[in-house]
Amino acid sequence: MFFLKVNKMTVNYINGAEAVIKALEENGVEVIFGYPGGAVLPLYDALFENKKIKHILVRHEQAAVHAAEGYARSTGKVGCVLVTSGPGATNAITGLTDALMDSVPIICLSGQVPTHLIGTDAFQEADTTGISRPCTKHNYLVKDATQLCEIIHKSFLIASSGRPGPVLIDLPKDIQLSKVKYVNKNTKIKKHNNDNSSNIDESLINKVATLLLQAERPIIYGGGGVVNSGPEASKLLTELVNILDCPVTLTLMGLGCVPNTNKNFLGMLGMHGTYEANLSMHNCDVMLNVGARFDDRVTGRLNAFAPNSKKVHIDVDKSSINKVVSVDYGIVGDCKKVLSALVQEVKKLHNQKTIKSKTKWWSQINKWKEKDSLGFKQIGNNIKPQQAIKSLYEKTKNFDTYITTEVGQHQMWAAQYFGFSKPNHWMTSGGLGTMGYGLPSCVGVQIAHPESLVIDISGEASFLMNMQELSTIVQYKLPVKIFILNNEWMGMVRQWQELNHGSRYSESYTASLPDFVKLAESFGITGLRVDNINNLDTTINEMINIKGPVIADIRVEKEENCFPMIPSGAAHNEMILSSDDNQKDTSNEGLALV
Amino acid sequence: MSVYQKNEVKEDETSRTLSLVVDNQPGTLARVIGLFSGRGYNIESLTVTEIDKIRSLSRISLVTRGTSMTIEQIKSQLLRIVPVHIVRDLTLEGPFIKSELALVKLVVKGANRVEALRIAETFRARTLDVTLSSFVFELTGKPSKLDAFIDLMRSLGDTEISRTGVSAISRGNKTETKLLDQI
Repeated sequence: MFFLKVNKMTVNYINGAEAVIKALEENGVEVIFGYPGGAVLPLYDALFENKKIKHILVRHEQAAVHAAEGYARSTGKVGCVLVTSGPGATNAITGLTDALMDSVPIICLSGQVPTHLIGTDAFQEADTTGISRPCTKHNYLVKDATQLCEIIHKSFLIASSGRPGPVLIDLPKDIQLSKVKYVNKNTKIKKHNNDNSSNIDESLINKVATLLLQAERPIIYGGGGVVNSGPEASKLLTELVNILDCPVTLTLMGLGCVPNTNKNFLGMLGMHGTYEANLSMHNCDVMLNVGARFDDRVTGRLNAFAPNSKKVHIDVDKSSINKVVSVDYGIVGDCKKVLSALVQEVKKLHNQKTIKSKTKWWSQINKWKEKDSLGFKQIGNNIKPQQAIKSLYEKTKNFDTYITTEVGQHQMWAAQYFGFSKPNHWMTSGGLGTMGYGLPSCVGVQIAHPESLVIDISGEASFLMNMQELSTIVQYKLPVKIFILNNEWMGMVRQWQELNHGSRYSESYTASLPDFVKLAESFGITGLRVDNINNLDTTINEMINIKGPVIADIRVEKEENCFPMIPSGAAHNEMILSSDDNQKDTSNEGLALV
Repeated sequence: MSVYQKNEVKEDETSRTLSLVVDNQPGTLARVIGLFSGRGYNIESLTVTEIDKIRSLSRISLVTRGTSMTIEQIKSQLLRIVPVHIVRDLTLEGPFIKSELALVKLVVKGANRVEALRIAETFRARTLDVTLSSFVFELTGKPSKLDAFIDLMRSLGDTEISRTGVSAISRGNKTETKLLDQI
């Protein structure tokens, strides 16, 4: 700290790095995930004696962002990341893109070479704001120390308001070392244009409420926007479902916002959604989309998507409305606010009018349910991956359990067979589909919820992508459970090769796997292995009961496919329920799709 | 746009002129252009210059082409960019003026020199530079007028062209002052 006499008043000057840390504190940051380096040494120096902010040292910058995402998504707070210039920043890019796609509020501070060296190809220099521009909601390069504090305060506002997303602040080293007068948060911070805090059009709410009440075959489809809007929004959505007594389905990102035990919940929809959810979407007459974005995983072939329905879309992001699906009514606003108005209106109208009988609709849905699209046969001693998830759910459902996943078959099985009764308990990479997301993400979740049971449901290939984080887990004594569905294949790649490429398994076998038990032991943690169905439950119990971190190597059926499935380029009503069902060849257009 | 869109019935694409007010900061233009290239939209013309020094604001006049659904997407995507404050669709709002400036160098000798000057006069182009074997003309007006002039000049000799791109403003007495004050 410097003390300078200015105009007979004593002004406290601190250096830029100290101002940054102070601004983080003021914005409620308790944990920061990061990795030091030359260009952020002043920031690390400012953190050295700080008692309020806990720094978690990860082992790779990508993992820092995923950990912050896990932290943010399980708490509703803003996740905070600190990385150095050059490779530190470029390593963070995958994480930032992931956060952008899944609308997770993140602040990423990156070091930069001093301003006079910018543009000279200095050591560890990268055009970080240039590289991160398309993968952040906004970014800043701080070139003027007097603007430092305001930029940080504004970044928190941008990251957490409207549709949340990552904001990167690039901090040249000389700015971190320059003298700064600290500026508090509430002094004249301009609201930014994308806040969407405007009022909701009441006549529109009335029209939508009427439409829902008069519908014969309504369906509500909820997404990650409901989770992002806070737990209150999930309660309101459940209330709306109960009043209307209509079916509800959730996207991958929305799981948990209506409890899995709710009798109207049809399970997840989309490419690996349940038969009843997809068929209900296809045959509905009124569809209410709350906080989802008609992703291609959800809609299937667009020109056959819910062909005879009136569609209503609630989204905080105006650009999501009419992006890929034209809707009859678009309501721009925060899910909680809109749902609250809608629930009130529905209640009001409900007293005046009678709701159309849905007996026929429900009996139709129950017929679809009879297909038992998630059914599987556990024969022999080999463990079916579906059974592994089912058993895991049975054994953990009475705990406060948080699940993170990687990407692939195990992710879909987790979404299908694990039941989520609360929002913010399910962390998965939906939009970007980042293999290697789950392990670092569960670090962030466990830091935020030290007493809870945090499980990373993983595949052996995804696990290998960020397994250096085992070291972080051991350092901070995080009792996370890593539940690896090990089938020795990049399962989803193998499945697509089987279905679309004549079983030509090009490069999808995970060769040269480590011995996961010995790997665990080499980090000083417990490794378990099970390959017989008869020992599955005991192993899961053992895993839960061990106090520290555990890697459970669950050897599952190697060539099991994930069903039901909407083949690429097909519509909701063209689902296949098993391999035998795959009579039609995938269309040429379908082959081109991801 | 999703690849699934392929089978959709295609609505005709039309040309639209958008007028944006943005913060005059490094990176803002890159963000706007990046949006167009990243999402596969067209830019037919784009001009940018500072319009308010005190508030440090710039105007981007932009001509793009697309179906009405695409244009609506472009407008809402533009508004997601934090330093973009105002997005106006001049084509949709009503009558507006589109104007552009061109500098045309023509290398020409002999009888064609007279012809070049005669055409320039007809178009009300100003002659900014003269040598015994060349002219530089300055012409402002609608892009179609500039196109016609340049075509004629090309038939007279070797040319070099520099155009600013379209700058646009609505007709009538309505201004953006109120909107700008909210920024």
